[in-house]
Amino acid sequence: MSTVIRIGTSTCGQAAGAESVVSAVNAYVDRRQVPVTVQRTGCLGACHNEPLVEVTDNDVAVLYGPVSPERVSLVLDRHFGGGGGRWVDPSWILSRRPDHDDFPFLARQTKVTTRLCGVIDPMSLDDYLANGGYMALRDALRMPPEKVIAAVKDSRLRGRGGAGFSTGTKWEITRRQPASPKFLICNADEGDPGAFMNRTMIEGDPHRVLEGMLIAAWAIGASKGYLYVRAEYPLAVKALRNAIRQAAEYGVTGKNILGSGLDFEFVIKEGAGAFVCGEETALMHSIEGQRGTPSMRPPYPSVAGLWGYPTNINNVESFASIPSILLHGPAWFAALGTEQSGGTKAFALTGAVRASGLVEVPLGTPLRTLVEEIGGGCKSDRPVKAVQLGGPSGGCVPAELLDTRIDYEDLRRTGAIMGSGGMVVVDDTTCMVDFARYFLTFTQDESCGKCVPCRVGTRKMLGILTKICHGQGTHQDLERLTRLCETVRTGSLCGLGTTAPNPVLTTMRYFEREYVAHVDAGLCPAGICSMRPGTSTRAA
Amino acid sequence: MHRRVSANPIRRFNYQGDPLAEPAPADLMEILDRYRGQRDALITVLEEIQARYSFLPAKHLQYASRELGFPLAQVYGISTFYNVFKLTAPGRYQVRVCKGTACHVNRSSAMLDHLSEKLGIHEDETTADGLFTLQTVACMGACSLAPVMVINDQTYGRMTPDLSWEILSELVATERPRV
Ligand SMILES: Cc1cc2nc3c(=O)[nH]c(=O)nc-3n(C[C@H](O)[C@H](O)[C@H](O)COP(=O)(O)O)c2cc1C
Ligand code: FES
Repeated sequence: MSTVIRIGTSTCGQAAGAESVVSAVNAYVDRRQVPVTVQRTGCLGACHNEPLVEVTDNDVAVLYGPVSPERVSLVLDRHFGGGGGRWVDPSWILSRRPDHDDFPFLARQTKVTTRLCGVIDPMSLDDYLANGGYMALRDALRMPPEKVIAAVKDSRLRGRGGAGFSTGTKWEITRRQPASPKFLICNADEGDPGAFMNRTMIEGDPHRVLEGMLIAAWAIGASKGYLYVRAEYPLAVKALRNAIRQAAEYGVTGKNILGSGLDFEFVIKEGAGAFVCGEETALMHSIEGQRGTPSMRPPYPSVAGLWGYPTNINNVESFASIPSILLHGPAWFAALGTEQSGGTKAFALTGAVRASGLVEVPLGTPLRTLVEEIGGGCKSDRPVKAVQLGGPSGGCVPAELLDTRIDYEDLRRTGAIMGSGGMVVVDDTTCMVDFARYFLTFTQDESCGKCVPCRVGTRKMLGILTKICHGQGTHQDLERLTRLCETVRTGSLCGLGTTAPNPVLTTMRYFEREYVAHVDAGLCPAGICSMRPGTSTRAA
Repeated sequence: MHRRVSANPIRRFNYQGDPLAEPAPADLMEILDRYRGQRDALITVLEEIQARYSFLPAKHLQYASRELGFPLAQVYGISTFYNVFKLTAPGRYQVRVCKGTACHVNRSSAMLDHLSEKLGIHEDETTADGLFTLQTVACMGACSLAPVMVINDQTYGRMTPDLSWEILSELVATERPRV
């Protein structure tokens, strides 16, 4: 094996300047005439150290980061001689082992869906095949569809888009519908601000998602699959287009796939920037070319979805889990997680945390492991105040409850939700009232306006929160806010509204003293709110 | 009769007579022809029009409505529902500051305020010289490098207010070379 230099060039890598690093590496290779392969990969997840450069050879594998273009020749001289033994800062060396076991950020993770992200070239089908790609599809196509569904059920995989419904059961319901054709939708809208799990998976290993969808198509009897990708992800769309073209050439899309009799084609639909379009019924309206507003359920998409036909909709990560379930068996997958939910879950760990990035851990892992061991606590060296899960639909878990296990039920008991994987850590310089107000600004803005509780309710809630942040709130306002939360939660048409009060409810539950300080003493304990009417607080 | 300048370009446009009096521009027709008869294609058509013209010119929306048989109200409804669609011409550089959660916690609003002050425009406005449009975005998915700024298709991570203005100043310098 010759030497390979890998550079992570996902959106996050590019934001850190990876393109100039690629140029610098290529220039170095040309100048020094060293026999190496330069490979662009997705993201390893260690985004806080990007740009990442890994040099691997038969017996060496060294991961460096952050590698700015100026550091390229220093780093590469270590491997190819020259430079007169110039000094490389030891802190740039993240790992010296191929399995990265010496790099705490990666060593504490269990990678299933993101196993090949940052390892293979996402534009190369050969790379995917060399790592067991499309083997699971071959296995699945030799099994009766019912057996595939049984395997997915046994794996205890639950939807990764947020609601956590059993994926196998959803497939079974869709399969049982007499109507045809049947459709498949991959939800890659990823609208939660502060979340990038799906982007990383698609940009880093697009074929895995396609393979998962193909297996679902076989199990359900679907003939067409839509990939609904949000507008802000141009690189993900590019990776998918390329992967779909390669899949067609390889013969895993089109007619009579691998001689199984399955006909299936992929269609990419680019979103147009509306958070509510992540909601399944709104998403389907958007695919139909209409305004993306939700509809009443039932009927559920499995019964009457796109154009009224049975439609199975799953999140990117749900589909990406499928190939491993078939390859390693449902029992293996189930054993990774807890009694109620199998497998691993990816989280976008961001905010005040020291080591931010994409983290995949088995379900049942305590929150503390992510925040403290993997994330390394707060970069400000201040105490962690809370962890916000699930974005604008989610809630805050206070530092006292960091030993909560990551599982759908355990998290719901705290008032927060698993959500799709956004995990924002805040330290004690954050005002929780202002934080709640920030999320309400978002939901109020993104409410599609179809139902009154959500359209008007979120507006009124935001008004009260703003009043409190300006030191004008009263105890009556707090009571009104609590009542409004209840009305919006129970009365809204779709999940956007029913979950919108969560950030308020959880902060009121765990940080009531801060609300009271704003109201009683006209004081913001964190010193964030300006406490003067008319002036804006930090929340834009 | 007093005239009010409407922020809604379509309303202004409605009184300009039949757009079909002149044939649609060839490059617009090329887009429309590809989607003729597809009832689910409206969003895709608008995305393509915007990709070609950088915004949705009012006249082109009318052509799309007439040619493809969608009521103008529906075309307008879609154009205003989705955030990506712009009804007015943006500046040459579309500067988007992320106000997603991770960026918010890492003080992206300070960057927005700084740029707004330096450029002398508010959010969703364009500078008089047509160079910059200042916008916000809900999240670019590069949250680990918060705060994030995007200029056209280029994402910049680990920004500070000063650094972001430095990048914009460099663009100004390349656009207006000193004589
Ligand atoms: C306002 C709102 C936004 C949503 N956004 C997303 C999203 O971005 N991605 C996603 O997979 N699911 C999202 N969902 C959940 C979907 O409606 C749906 O439950 C999910 O795609 C089902 O896939 P799963 O079973 O694999 O989780 C959202 C729901 C609501 C109410
Ligand atoms: S929150 Fe700014 S890029 Fe995600």
